Amino acid sequence: MEQIEFNYPAKRKIAQRAHVGVVGSGDLEVLLEPAKGEVAHVFIRTSVDGFRDTWKAVLDRFFTKYDGVVRIQINDAGATPGSVHLRLEQAVEVSER
Amino acid sequence: MSNQAYSPNLIKRRSFIELNARERASVFFDAGTSRELLGPFDRVESPWLPMQGVTPQEDDGCVVIKGKIAGQAAVVVALEGAFQGGSIGEVSGQKMTAALDLACADNEKGILTSAVILLETGGVRLQEANLGLAAIAELMASILALRKHAPVICLTAGTVGCFGGMSLAAGLASYVVMTREARLGMNGPEVIEQENGVEEFDSSDRALIWAIHGGEQRYATGLADALVDDDTPQVAEVIRRFVSKGVPPEHRSSQVALYRNRIAKLDTSRQWDPKEFRALWTTNASNEENR
Repeated sequence: MEQIEFNYPAKRKIAQRAHVGVVGSGDLEVLLEPAKGEVAHVFIRTSVDGFRDTWKAVLDRFFTKYDGVVRIQINDAGATPGSVHLRLEQAVEVSER
Repeated sequence: MSNQAYSPNLIKRRSFIELNARERASVFFDAGTSRELLGPFDRVESPWLPMQGVTPQEDDGCVVIKGKIAGQAAVVVALEGAFQGGSIGEVSGQKMTAALDLACADNEKGILTSAVILLETGGVRLQEANLGLAAIAELMASILALRKHAPVICLTAGTVGCFGGMSLAAGLASYVVMTREARLGMNGPEVIEQENGVEEFDSSDRALIWAIHGGEQRYATGLADALVDDDTPQVAEVIRRFVSKGVPPEHRSSQVALYRNRIAKLDTSRQWDPKEFRALWTTNASNEENR
């Protein structure tokens, strides 16, 4: 298991937290919570080691559109980059419902 | 041919099996009465999994929701089959036991509180070995304490089913509800094959496995109390009915003489066929009831 952290600049306050997904094979769990300051913090624990660059690419792309001041925790059980992106978007959708 | 004739009820169904544990646990409650206890944001996860390089889940694969079912206080505990096979670890086991103990304490205070346990589990989580075993022992004690006051209903819907120590816990329930897709048994097919060889049990023979462990057989032989379709409204309706029904006159696991007698009558010198066995236990059941 590998732990990875990233920070992205953010400015928009969000009102609600969101939890989506399951730590099942090929899937992941996303916990998204409002935070303070002007940064979005992402904390990842993944069962598959050695994919830091791929995680960075997925999150870089996600944060080109998303600017919420949040703390995101990801517990991953080998999801593909596509699944990761979909789960992140789902978490955003639930938090803005 | 019209669609109607082709696929009459299947299309109208809302699958229960496709729901995750949290969604499953939410479907039984009267509107606006439920709240989750120790949810993922409380971050009570297994301390043992990360040490072994396994990603934990924030609710440890156990969802506890308290609320009202059919106007009556109830707690629903759901295991997430997709996380580590729904296995019981220190945290998930303690969450289940504590939920049942709180329900028991409420009953003792005069607030009738039932429990519904949604089992998708292979039993003890091997990474937490003894702690998982201890948790199941405690859970069984808690079921026995609670079922004196209010019904404890176990539902296994599939596709994981219910195996290992948790099948014993299900055996203590006031009522067991299954779907055709679900399986209930002590040792899983792979375990039996591994220990006793493929001649004993071929774990790749799905028809054989379901003929022995499947919901239909368990219901027909009186080891489950209801057989439901994989349809959320129907599952919820049956659970509400059992909550309203209250404690049965005699729990299945208290009928020691009946089951001893049944087992004694089985001739184990030859191989039984699941159909034959069903006929015998079904006949037995009706004869014994008529007595």
